[in-house]
Amino acid sequence: MGRETILELWRYRELLYFFAWREIKVRYRQAAFGAGWAVVQPLLSMVVFTLLFGRVAHMPSDGIPYPIFCYCALVPWTYFSSVVTTASGSLVNNESLLTKVYFPRMLLPAGAALAGLLDFVIGSVLLVGLMLYYHVVASWALVLSPVIILVMVLVTVGVSMMMAAANVRYRDVKYALPFLIQIWMFATPVIYPVTVIPKWLRPILALNPCWGIVDGFRACLFPGIPFDARLLGISVAVALAVFLAGVYYFHREEKSFADVI
Amino acid sequence: MIIVEKLSKQYRIGHIRSTTLPETLMNLATLAFLRKKTQEETIWALRDISLSIEPGETVGIIGRNGAGKSTLLKILSKITYPTSGTLKVGGRVAAMLEVGTGFHQELTGRENIYLNGSILGMTKKEVDRKLDAIIEFSGVEKFIDTPIKRYSSGMRLRLGFAVAAHLEAEILIVDEVLAVGDAAFQRKCLNTMENLRERARTVLFVSHNLAAVENLCRRCVWIDAGRVHMDGESRRVIEAYMQSMVGQTDAGDLDKVENRRGNGKIRFRAVEFLSSEGDVQRVVRAGDPVVMRFHYLASQPVYHPSLGFRMYTDMGTLITDTSTWHHSVDIPVLEGEGHIDLAIECLNLLPAKYTLSLWATDDSGMVVYDNVEHGITLEVETANIYGSGKDIDSRSGIVFFPQKWNLAGTLKRPVGLENIAAQER
Repeated sequence: MGRETILELWRYRELLYFFAWREIKVRYRQAAFGAGWAVVQPLLSMVVFTLLFGRVAHMPSDGIPYPIFCYCALVPWTYFSSVVTTASGSLVNNESLLTKVYFPRMLLPAGAALAGLLDFVIGSVLLVGLMLYYHVVASWALVLSPVIILVMVLVTVGVSMMMAAANVRYRDVKYALPFLIQIWMFATPVIYPVTVIPKWLRPILALNPCWGIVDGFRACLFPGIPFDARLLGISVAVALAVFLAGVYYFHREEKSFADVI
Repeated sequence: MIIVEKLSKQYRIGHIRSTTLPETLMNLATLAFLRKKTQEETIWALRDISLSIEPGETVGIIGRNGAGKSTLLKILSKITYPTSGTLKVGGRVAAMLEVGTGFHQELTGRENIYLNGSILGMTKKEVDRKLDAIIEFSGVEKFIDTPIKRYSSGMRLRLGFAVAAHLEAEILIVDEVLAVGDAAFQRKCLNTMENLRERARTVLFVSHNLAAVENLCRRCVWIDAGRVHMDGESRRVIEAYMQSMVGQTDAGDLDKVENRRGNGKIRFRAVEFLSSEGDVQRVVRAGDPVVMRFHYLASQPVYHPSLGFRMYTDMGTLITDTSTWHHSVDIPVLEGEGHIDLAIECLNLLPAKYTLSLWATDDSGMVVYDNVEHGITLEVETANIYGSGKDIDSRSGIVFFPQKWNLAGTLKRPVGLENIAAQER
């Protein structure tokens, strides 16, 4: 990927914004409840998970109230999973765009990632509300949250690029992805704390870049959860690799999109 | 400026996605999917195309369906990439391969202008500046804040073209968009194209409307079977192209025609022109009654089909498109061989050669049974059409109407009297 490609992406930056804008505008059109869904969706997942894993299964949560413990992980996780799902269909669902106009193709999955940030912000605002409700005082590590958010976006974009490009050639992605995401969630400490995992296994599980993001988020918010710099380091390194691999694969495949789709 | 050298494009026509589940399981079991690559067939959509187009030139591209025109445009607009060859394009390219690309049903007309404009490469500022002009051009002011899913297809088309017409690019690539819409809209589109040409931009124009191509483009490139067949002055190229279409078949026999579309449930076998006495004529006299007899073969029963034809001049101008559908004539069923007659009271065509395209579809027009483009020639010979003994030929136009001059208004009257009469009133 040369300088020219990057310059071109820069020239088309407004289109990225328009794709994200379209995604957001269209999402809750003709829904009676409208944008309210953006608020209710994460709350409902929280309630379901709290009842199922907190109350019924008595999942430990490092002494933090389970609802906020779980919700704090759900915010970044929902961003990741919903963006990857939307983005994986972004090329295939815009076939006419791909075969009729030229523009940097990366903008389609990237637009989905940008649009997802709005839901992420709404989710974060709710999180602040929950923290006030549960009297949780954020730890000093909160200053690191921008880094973690950046890593979250990089991983999401990387995986999105891969899935979107692969979907053009192999529609199998559409069917396999929901399972992949489900398994991925259980491999990530969303509903359980890191402490239930044996120590020796943690560095291996940290190869999952979402691990570091979710755990990092918790460490930012709850003083009781220590920042494990080593595990976070592994996740960040993998995240960067995933991002680069996704962009590389997408770039390699994009020349044939219009012919194969 | 566009310079294309030895451009080729190869397509794979594999069976990758058309496999059924049992086949897939079979493939998995025998590991055949690992060997699939070798079974793929390939075709060359373009072969060694070399072209050079100067800034400010307006070039028409013509050719049959599947000749490679669209592939060429797609390569020029970077939508797809050539298999081999080089391509140099100097300047910003705007391609209109479809009107209203990227329109979203749920968004309003105004929102779609921004979205579409930005997809076509306009900046938001540019759209802001041209928004009023675009809305006015589209003629859908009243509905501009209504979601376009409530628009008619014509309104959507006009809105799409309005955006495209305001693109500012050094090179404009237009494909077939003019083939749709009503006559007034087509007129508007052609005017826009002319304006663009006058602004000295490079325009590439692909269309089946040969008259429009001739009108807009001084130069024309004829592409056939993926190669440049002829490149030169529009009139000459178009004439040669029409000549080749006409030369393909003897009007009486369509069985050998291969350049046709449709699923073949109905096939046109021949068209005959019958005189009022019922004799088959090779040449029809201008102004005579004529019966067109369409011979068909329906390999299986086809219910409620529509059959019709389009007639063109030798320069490709559409004269008429008429069918059983236009007349609300219901054909309950066609089966086996037979013929359908169309009686024309008076063939009001001036002497020339005309070509006919035949089509047969289901009653919705969505399923095409047969379509033969320019498959038939109709030769109209001169006749004493006005009863004047004058030889009226194609220099006087395409059609004539039953008509009579009336000189009653020229009878001499004294000028003075009339003036007095006017004053008295």
